[in-house]
Amino acid sequence: MSGTLEINQLVKRYGGLLATDHLSLSLGAGELHAIIGPNGAGKTTLIGQLGGEVAPDTGSITFDGADITALKPAQRALRGLARSYQITSVFPEFSVLENVALAMQAHCGHSFGFWKPMLRQPELVEPALLAIEQAGLTHRARTPVSELAHGERRQLELAMVLVAQPRLLLLDEPMAGMSHQESGKVVQLLQSLKGRYTMLLVEHDMDAVFALADRISVLVYGRIIASGTPEEIRANEEVRTAYLGDEVLPV
Amino acid sequence: MSLSLFLIQMLNGLQLGVLLFMLSAGLTLVFGIMNFVNLAHGSLYMMGAYFAAAAYARSDSFIIAALVGIIGSAALGFAIERIVAARLYARDHLDHVLATFGLILFFNELARTIWGASPYYMNVPQALSGTINLLGISYSAYRFAIIVVGLLVALGCYVLINKTRVGMLIRAGSSNPTIVAALGVNIKLLNAAIFALGAALAGVAGLMSGPILSVQPGMGEPILITAMIVIVIGGIGSVRGAFYSALIVGVIDTAGRAFLPMILREFLDRSTAQAAGPALASMLICIFMAAVLALKPQGLFPVKNQ
Amino acid sequence: MMMRNKISLSFAAVVVTLLLLVPVYASAASEPFALTFMARVLVFALAAISLNLILGYGGMVSFGHALYMGLGAYAVGLLAQHEVTNGWVQLGATLVVCAAVGLLTGVISLRTTGIAFIMITLAFAQMFYYLFVSLKQYGGDDGLSISARSDFGLFSLGSPITLYYVALVLVLAALFFTHRLVEARFGMVLRGCRVNERRMKAMGFHTLRYRLSAYVLSSMLCGVAGLLYANLTGFASPAYLAWTVSGELIVMVVLGGMGTVFGPLAGALVLLISEELLKALTDHWMMILGPLIVLVVLTARRGVYGYLLDWDAWRERKRVAAAAQAGKGGQP
Repeated sequence: MSGTLEINQLVKRYGGLLATDHLSLSLGAGELHAIIGPNGAGKTTLIGQLGGEVAPDTGSITFDGADITALKPAQRALRGLARSYQITSVFPEFSVLENVALAMQAHCGHSFGFWKPMLRQPELVEPALLAIEQAGLTHRARTPVSELAHGERRQLELAMVLVAQPRLLLLDEPMAGMSHQESGKVVQLLQSLKGRYTMLLVEHDMDAVFALADRISVLVYGRIIASGTPEEIRANEEVRTAYLGDEVLPV
Repeated sequence: MSLSLFLIQMLNGLQLGVLLFMLSAGLTLVFGIMNFVNLAHGSLYMMGAYFAAAAYARSDSFIIAALVGIIGSAALGFAIERIVAARLYARDHLDHVLATFGLILFFNELARTIWGASPYYMNVPQALSGTINLLGISYSAYRFAIIVVGLLVALGCYVLINKTRVGMLIRAGSSNPTIVAALGVNIKLLNAAIFALGAALAGVAGLMSGPILSVQPGMGEPILITAMIVIVIGGIGSVRGAFYSALIVGVIDTAGRAFLPMILREFLDRSTAQAAGPALASMLICIFMAAVLALKPQGLFPVKNQ
Repeated sequence: MMMRNKISLSFAAVVVTLLLLVPVYASAASEPFALTFMARVLVFALAAISLNLILGYGGMVSFGHALYMGLGAYAVGLLAQHEVTNGWVQLGATLVVCAAVGLLTGVISLRTTGIAFIMITLAFAQMFYYLFVSLKQYGGDDGLSISARSDFGLFSLGSPITLYYVALVLVLAALFFTHRLVEARFGMVLRGCRVNERRMKAMGFHTLRYRLSAYVLSSMLCGVAGLLYANLTGFASPAYLAWTVSGELIVMVVLGGMGTVFGPLAGALVLLISEELLKALTDHWMMILGPLIVLVVLTARRGVYGYLLDWDAWRERKRVAAAAQAGKGGQP
């Protein structure tokens, strides 16, 4: 029962716009589930509701058997639900190590320490170095983030999400703005995580999606129009229609 | 407490309310659209009062004084926007605070240098120096004129914002400034115009306050702080919110100052009531603001953001 | 990564040394004004250090910090008026009152951010300003005279030299405390919240409790500055809570170098000394100071100490690059 997610009849309206239309979805433990869909389909709104920053109008979200619909982002994070951002949200004035150690700190007791430097606390630094290694940034651990390339910052985002060993990863376009070479590294990283973490991946990069996903759901106008294995989705007529002119599904 | 006393205080509250609205409208527009914290708005209020008072002393015509006051403060607002504010839109609020703080110091000292530190008296215009009969009571004609002018200005703002093309740009800019720029509108001119409009409104408030409050260096800041409270209560960026909130704050403040000491005297001994009355009255607005924020941190009439 | 010859450290060391010697100079040259003036600089430096904590590191633009200086001053004044001159009692009262007011106003103010926060802190300070003005039995608008200074048993703040050294010790202690705090868990959370509070929450931090704690700590330290100030001037006045004082504190923090340990002290020195120089020049010195502040904002972002730190970083980069070049040797 580690990292299962049940989304039940989620609804979110913005004025007259139905951004999330009675959406239901189930993720099993260790599954990598990809959400794809044209722009404006409501993917960001969905992630926002799963992360806790957006409150749904109706519906429920159950994480490992517990109803988390009313919980705030910090509470969800402490329960093992970690989210990465489409627009890189790291801390530029800190080094890579400081960023990841800080991410660990949230899960390591309280932060009312006024005296001992964070970087001299092995319970924070050791897991941080491990996560940095996983993300392939060991050689940049002491570098200030302001000096990192875009792709490296996206890797840092992932390290920050992984460090506290979450049970579910919400990945909002982790490959956004990356070159082909850079996204290859991220695909490798996510591949290595498969089975150990449950992952909900929102992505536009179809090569990555079809290489990684156990199951894919297609989101159009706030509704899931198709859900199944990559082969099933590839063959689905409705999906082809929705995507005609938008994306090209890899053969 | 008689009915006529109550009515007079309510009218005074309304009068303070419309003055606060005129001061707050420009402030909240500039906050909402250019995201700029303009602490020097109180200086524009003060300079409007000084320009008008000086012109009145020289020309003996209130109309000329009013024109000088309005045009003067609008021009000053335009200058401040072009020279200081426009360079700081991209920076964070702290920079706005510091720069406009520097401007306040400058303008207060300027006023002190030109016109002296003592209050500069401005007479109520002859035509409005009497009283009028309103709802069975005698009310100061001048204060009534302020109410009328204030409500007309509010109506003008409503028409401008809701019924004109410029107003549409203002409303669009309020929730999404980047789109307005993308529409090919001369953003620089629009910003300067909004700033100048706010300054003109502050100037009107200043010149109208002249005869009833004292015109002196530093007169802008206390009322600016009240205007800020009005905006926070009303919802930052919302002119509609500023209007209702200004009226509410105006009435609470006036009624509080008038009636609270009276009420306290019923419960406490004379000397304690003497001390506590004015103190509580001035704190009343702050307490009201705290209460509103506790329930609705975004204000009573927040602007809906995309 | 300790580098030799850091300019910023040298600057700090020189300043501290000079500060230690001020009383010696003042008595040798028979210039008591130098002592009281520098004591005033230290008092405001302490207040600026407290503001730097929440503003420079925490990103909370409080335009009402003069409130806590005023509370500290009036704690001394009111107690002295009622014949309580024990410094420890006055200190205790200052800390408790500032913590309580800080907690109350903080809880309300921290529900908002950005522009609203600035305005609300300003409004609260103004509210207390009016409160003290209306307390006619404690001087009201004219202020409250304090004849007997705070007596701490072992020492009394009645002696100017004692007051000066107490202030200096407190400033140095506060600087050291800041230095440790900002790299510790609490400081890192505070700094993270300044950059991206949304992300901090998503990471699992209950950000409000840390920001509120920082705000309360800051208010208590600022209150201590007020206690010292009342002893220095022998006076407690509503003017101590004026918005102009809050503004000057912000100028000190930014001018000195926001989010640096030594910045607030440098800022207090630069601003107050500049004011004295301008005052000697003309009565209308504020007409010069105002535009100067505007100019500084438009051009110089990092503050005095910030520039020194940048200079050190630049020199370090050049040294590393030069070493790398030398490593490659003279091979073609």
